[in-house]
Amino acid sequence: MYTLSKNLKLIPIILMVVGAIGLAIGFTTTPSTIEEVKEQLASHHDAHGAAHAPAAAHGAHDKAEHGHGHDTHKAADTHGAHAAKSHDAHDSDKHYEHVLHQLQNKPWAALYVAAFFFFMIALGVLAFYAIQFAAQAGWSPLLLRVMEGITAYLLPGGIILFVILALSGFHMNHLFVWMDPEVVAHDELIQGKSGWLNVPFFLIRAAIYIGVWSLYRHFAVKYSRNQDESPEGNVWYKKSFKLAAVFLVFFIYSESMMSWDWIMSFDPHWFSTLFGWYVFASLFVSGITVIALVTIYLKSKGYLEQVNDSHIHDLAKFMFGISVFWTYLWFSQFMLIWYSNIPEEVTYFITRINDFKLPFFGMLIMNFLFPILLLINSDYKRINWLVVMGGIVILLGHYIDVFNMVMPATVGKSWFIGISEISAVLLFLGIFIYVVFNALTKAPLVPKGNPLLEESKHFHY
Amino acid sequence: MASKVVHAYYLDDEVLMDAVKALKIKHYHIEEVFTPFPVHGLDKLMGLPHTRLAICSFLYGLVGLTVAVTMMNYIMIEDWPQDIGGKPSFSYIENLPSFIPIMFELTVFFAAHLMVITFYMRSKLWPFKKAENPDERTTDDHFLVEVDASHTNVDELTAFLKDTGAVEINLKDKE
Repeated sequence: MYTLSKNLKLIPIILMVVGAIGLAIGFTTTPSTIEEVKEQLASHHDAHGAAHAPAAAHGAHDKAEHGHGHDTHKAADTHGAHAAKSHDAHDSDKHYEHVLHQLQNKPWAALYVAAFFFFMIALGVLAFYAIQFAAQAGWSPLLLRVMEGITAYLLPGGIILFVILALSGFHMNHLFVWMDPEVVAHDELIQGKSGWLNVPFFLIRAAIYIGVWSLYRHFAVKYSRNQDESPEGNVWYKKSFKLAAVFLVFFIYSESMMSWDWIMSFDPHWFSTLFGWYVFASLFVSGITVIALVTIYLKSKGYLEQVNDSHIHDLAKFMFGISVFWTYLWFSQFMLIWYSNIPEEVTYFITRINDFKLPFFGMLIMNFLFPILLLINSDYKRINWLVVMGGIVILLGHYIDVFNMVMPATVGKSWFIGISEISAVLLFLGIFIYVVFNALTKAPLVPKGNPLLEESKHFHY
Repeated sequence: MASKVVHAYYLDDEVLMDAVKALKIKHYHIEEVFTPFPVHGLDKLMGLPHTRLAICSFLYGLVGLTVAVTMMNYIMIEDWPQDIGGKPSFSYIENLPSFIPIMFELTVFFAAHLMVITFYMRSKLWPFKKAENPDERTTDDHFLVEVDASHTNVDELTAFLKDTGAVEINLKDKE
């Protein structure tokens, strides 16, 4: 039986408090009027200029930097014909109103990205858990309780996410542009999609996804406990097997629709057919990475003695393989759109490459290049601290991935990884650790009734 | 000096593994083991060094990647930078996405084929090569351990092998 250490009782609470305070600061410092935006931009502009003043010798460079800070709107405006006009209209209130909406979105978007990121970890682990049952994997039963612990975050995380979605639906923020009736009234493209993209249906769908996923989690865990109590005949194990198969069918449909609803609808003018798979790869690899990290942590504390290097090796192989799978989907989506260069599709990537160059291409290094070079070696996959290091980079990379999917449509050029973003991550990290490690104390860490347990104990690669 | 070897035959891979283990403990020198199928863990038991084929393959992959990049950079960017359907051919990086499928395939091609050829060369396999198999039965259902007998007491060794469960023991001259 696992018991929480003193540190693990304290750390998540500190994280939650710090995160909540930071997020509150983020919300209170957002401008509420155009005048405040002007003030904020002016002070930012001055600071920027001052910092570059000593480097006056680099005239051209200074000017370029300068333009970046102030005149990006003019230079990087993607609405071709509009660009010339916006030069004159630059100082008009229209521009500041635009920036105001972006800045008001910023803490909300930071909250949303973090909420979704931690939720998708739990969801990825749930999918992996179901696959272990459906595939009757012989290596993993020792890790099933770890997975059950991590998926405990699914319901609370889902409820938080649902509340944020509902707040958007009740116009507390401008995260989803299609939820704004004024925008829809002037936008025929969104009008055409309003049969799917309308708030009541959107919330009903969200409730169904979260509800059914949580139901699967609830019964899977219950059956797993029952199997411990009465292992004769494997009655509960067989039920788990069937349930997992049914869940996986539902999951692959609902996950795809979830990705349209919760991520793709930030850009309601844009669509991509492999987007659901892309989001799936992201959540799957994050989930597997967290399983590896939690397993290594528990093992290092002496709670999972029977877990050996081969189990870690297998998890690391999954981290490696699914990282490459994610890259494959990322590239397939990017290259197809880049190659054909159809204006209605390509704006998605143009805004990201123009305004999010570092996170957009940086995540490729974190999610592909780093894991592929680090985890390609068979011996390295057995070295715990290397797996932990790789895992942390993969997780950060996939946070940036979600960031890249959400931010361009919500805050656009006003993005910045600052107090709001970091605090939101800390807040949800605190909740995640609290929920997961508390759930781990609820049951023995070895599912002793599992018929494949003996095989898993002697698993050797 | 003509060297002698003893061929010991076994009918089961478990018995074979135990025999190899016993031979190792007694410090007999095992020249070769012939089996009809891969026996898991036999290489570890015999103390064979780890294969370095994977490292070769990784390096070959890098060669393939370099070939792909150099080739396309020369052809598409330097030699004749045509405008083909509006693709930007001003620099390699600008047109990179369209080159990636070829970069990937050539990396895999080089890694796979050169690794296979390396394997053939290292294990001395080629068409029309004379089979080195000392006994046809080892490709079907017999396991054979070839033990060096030049510097040991043959009778002692034979008795020892008999104890390990060998079904047939022959003393042979090694060519």
